[in-house]
Amino acid sequence: MELIINHLAWRIGGAQGSGVDSAANLFASAMASGGLHVFGNREFYSNIMGEHSYFELRVSDHPVACPTTRLNVLTTFDAETAIRHSNEIADGGALIYDVKLIDTPFEKIPNLERRVQQDLGKVLDEKGLPRTMNSMLQLAEQRGITLYPVPYEDLLKTDEMLQKLPYATLKKMVNTMSAAASAALLDYDLKFINQGLEETFSGKQKVIELNIRAAEITYDYFKKTFTQPFSRKIEPIESTEKRLYVNGNQAVGMGKIAAGCSVQTYYPISPATDESTYLEGHESFPLKNGSSKGSILVLQTGDEIAAICSAIGAGLSGARAATSTSGPGFSLMAEALGWAGINETPVVVTLYQRGGPSTGLPTRSEQGDLRFALHAGHGEFPRLLVASGDLEESFYDAMRVFNYAERYQTPVIHLLDKGLATYKRTFPYFDTNRIKIERGALLSDEEAAKLESYDRFAYTDSNISPRTVLGQAGGVSWYTGDESTEDGHITEDPVDRVRMMEKRANKLISALQEIPEDEQFILHGDPNATTTIVGWGSTKGSILEALGRLNNADHSVNFLQGRLMSPFPAVAFSTILEKAERLIGIEENYSGQFAQLIREHTGIAMDYFISKYNGRPITVDEVEESVLEIMGGQAPQKVVLHHGI
Amino acid sequence: MAYSIQDYKSDVHSNWCPGCGDFGILNAVQMGLMDMQLDPHNVAVFSGVGCAAKTPHYIQTYGVHTLHGRVLPFATGAKLANPNLNIIAVGGDGDGMGIGAGHFVGTGRMNLDLTYILFNNGVYGLTKGQASPTLALGQQTKSLPQPNSSGPVNPLLLAFASGYSFIARGYAYAIPQLKGLIRDAIEHPGLSFVEVLQPCPTYNNINTREWYGGADRKDAEGTARPRVYNLEDQDHDPLISSETATEARHAKVGVFIEKALEWGDAIPTGTFLRNLTQNTYEERIGARIETYRSEPPARRQIEDNQQSVADLTPLFEELRVF
Repeated sequence: MELIINHLAWRIGGAQGSGVDSAANLFASAMASGGLHVFGNREFYSNIMGEHSYFELRVSDHPVACPTTRLNVLTTFDAETAIRHSNEIADGGALIYDVKLIDTPFEKIPNLERRVQQDLGKVLDEKGLPRTMNSMLQLAEQRGITLYPVPYEDLLKTDEMLQKLPYATLKKMVNTMSAAASAALLDYDLKFINQGLEETFSGKQKVIELNIRAAEITYDYFKKTFTQPFSRKIEPIESTEKRLYVNGNQAVGMGKIAAGCSVQTYYPISPATDESTYLEGHESFPLKNGSSKGSILVLQTGDEIAAICSAIGAGLSGARAATSTSGPGFSLMAEALGWAGINETPVVVTLYQRGGPSTGLPTRSEQGDLRFALHAGHGEFPRLLVASGDLEESFYDAMRVFNYAERYQTPVIHLLDKGLATYKRTFPYFDTNRIKIERGALLSDEEAAKLESYDRFAYTDSNISPRTVLGQAGGVSWYTGDESTEDGHITEDPVDRVRMMEKRANKLISALQEIPEDEQFILHGDPNATTTIVGWGSTKGSILEALGRLNNADHSVNFLQGRLMSPFPAVAFSTILEKAERLIGIEENYSGQFAQLIREHTGIAMDYFISKYNGRPITVDEVEESVLEIMGGQAPQKVVLHHGI
Repeated sequence: MAYSIQDYKSDVHSNWCPGCGDFGILNAVQMGLMDMQLDPHNVAVFSGVGCAAKTPHYIQTYGVHTLHGRVLPFATGAKLANPNLNIIAVGGDGDGMGIGAGHFVGTGRMNLDLTYILFNNGVYGLTKGQASPTLALGQQTKSLPQPNSSGPVNPLLLAFASGYSFIARGYAYAIPQLKGLIRDAIEHPGLSFVEVLQPCPTYNNINTREWYGGADRKDAEGTARPRVYNLEDQDHDPLISSETATEARHAKVGVFIEKALEWGDAIPTGTFLRNLTQNTYEERIGARIETYRSEPPARRQIEDNQQSVADLTPLFEELRVF
């Protein structure tokens, strides 16, 4: 058996509220402490407590950025996780479980959907096996999965442990114990788990000691009981750079602070809320000159209409202002978006897509709002729309979008999704100096005071008018949602109307000329490849990793990643797409919204469309397999992906 | 050099109907600003959509004519970003009590230091006279095909329930009193609300200038007995301060409710409530962010030679892995 070192796909699951996230973070922290690169994906229900959630981690000696279909280790401490996920374990993998639970029948698990019970049950029925957890274990074992029963309860019900606390309290540590069991399986030094526990429970010495003890007991038991080495192993590697383990909500929040955003408004909505609460938790921060005066004001409003209106109001006063939301909230923002457009007022809307329509799948992945974000609002007005593809882009784009908003004096939508919101990755510290802060035609107090007369919407060669803010002497001006003349007063004059429409619209022509190419799109891989994959947003990680695998297998594939969706770089897209013999669109939606956009602007249609809309992210394996199927001539024009729990 | 009334008047021609109550309110606002000698550039008048919402265009200060019902959220954002601005929000009763009612309530909870003036005429004027949320049940103003089948919301009570700390009512044709109310409202430290009874000569043929003035109920000498009266004439004391004892406070709330419900032949105007016991939203923020007023969010330096001035090190450290 070949020993595979430092390549791992690991998953832990359990009821929401039972410590799944804590255990995953503990395990991730232990891995990262050993210098390893970590990628995490959290899947959860729209529920506070009780429904099934799971956390998947990939660990490697090089950066990883996407979910996979093939697990190496499944760690569980409840029956539901073992039942739901055992089929996900790839050949040669491992399953750690609570030996006390094996007789649990499906029907005793209230959150196991009828559809899941039927699908899994059907297989068991055919084999004459009862519908229990144990049957699922047997199936796994038959496929060559190694089973690791752990008696969590017995390990805790010792004189030593019961002296410390009653069992009812002790058993809350099963999550820590399952992480420790995983470390033992992977022959990874327990000290990293202990270190993680110290960080996780920092300041609570008793809790730390208790958990460390529980981890030790489990680790020792595991090592003593299972003496055969497992096929995978984790070893610490050298890492000298300063790294952070960050999710997308945090990365965007950090980007906003770096950009000088000083007002953020929001109404609670998944999966956007965590960004705003992160910002509110960090409302004060130091400045590079040593002062402690940095701050961002976070306002929770009564609804999303108020959220965007207050952000625009803050922009009128001169603040860099943003609001953060998801589909249902963005639906409410449509009218105000147009107000910002006609009033040439900068505002940033950070839009985390989730499964729609209506309430849809509130905590699940989907790229279903691209067309909506491009068109939301009645009438015609310019907007910029930027889609980030990974956490690093999310940070730097969060800085850039404020530049766009102020340079072009118009709303900018920063399009993200649930995947990017909750994916977690290890990164070197972000560089706040990489993006210059550009405030466009904003007048200083001195410049405003010198104005002899002032029209807020003065016609200029660049179509961008010098901008004053409320409170500036010399800059008194008016804004209206009606069409206006240069001075901001209402007009219905047909000549002024045409000039104003053209003034606003033409700003996007300049934007396309001025925004650097790599902020518009990225062509990954060989520019002359015969097959081009076209995608955008959070699927970037899976597509890129699959691209590597395909090219290693001597296929000629590149990947065109869309970033600037409005204005759309049509000419560049045409040039690139015309070169390829085969075009494959990949999107997490039903209709191929980006493909439609490309066709609208270039007339070029995708030859194939890989589509997913079950609320779960596209994995690297799904990309690889479906592209191979297409290249093998075996695939229909639209390939629908189904993987996911 | 002192500002004159002309300094607060823009050169935009008003397109309100002749005799509209809005003119009186506009004058009172301009007179109040002059009285206070506020720098025009440090004043911003926000409005929603409707006849009343055209007001900012006629005032020579920053003017922001926003969306239907959304004046308060816009004004809130501007004020929060720069608490040193004087912000006045204006709008009609449809704008504030109908489509914007949620924002009216939500804003009340904050006690921001700004002033909201509600032009209340009982109808949607600009769309030709439909019933507004303040029109009484069963009334049929002239463009209504049927009598109004919904009851009215009481703006004063709603303001109280929502947390407005200064609540007053004026009358569009009692300009000196209204000017005083507006001035008091602006000077009040916290969120102030002024409802203005504003006859719509075109569409509201019930609550007319004559009706408010009592032309239909003359005394023996043939003198009209006005329906509107000034609370000051009844020695009404609207003040609740930290020195007001709990019992007295309850009594004052009782009087407030009683007065707010008075309608018909006796319609009170004046300051109903002036509550100085709540700190403002700005004070709450200032207690957390020391530089909130001296370097407000809108006026802060965010770059030095185009480089971000923010130091993210502590945020990175918090998520650091080793």
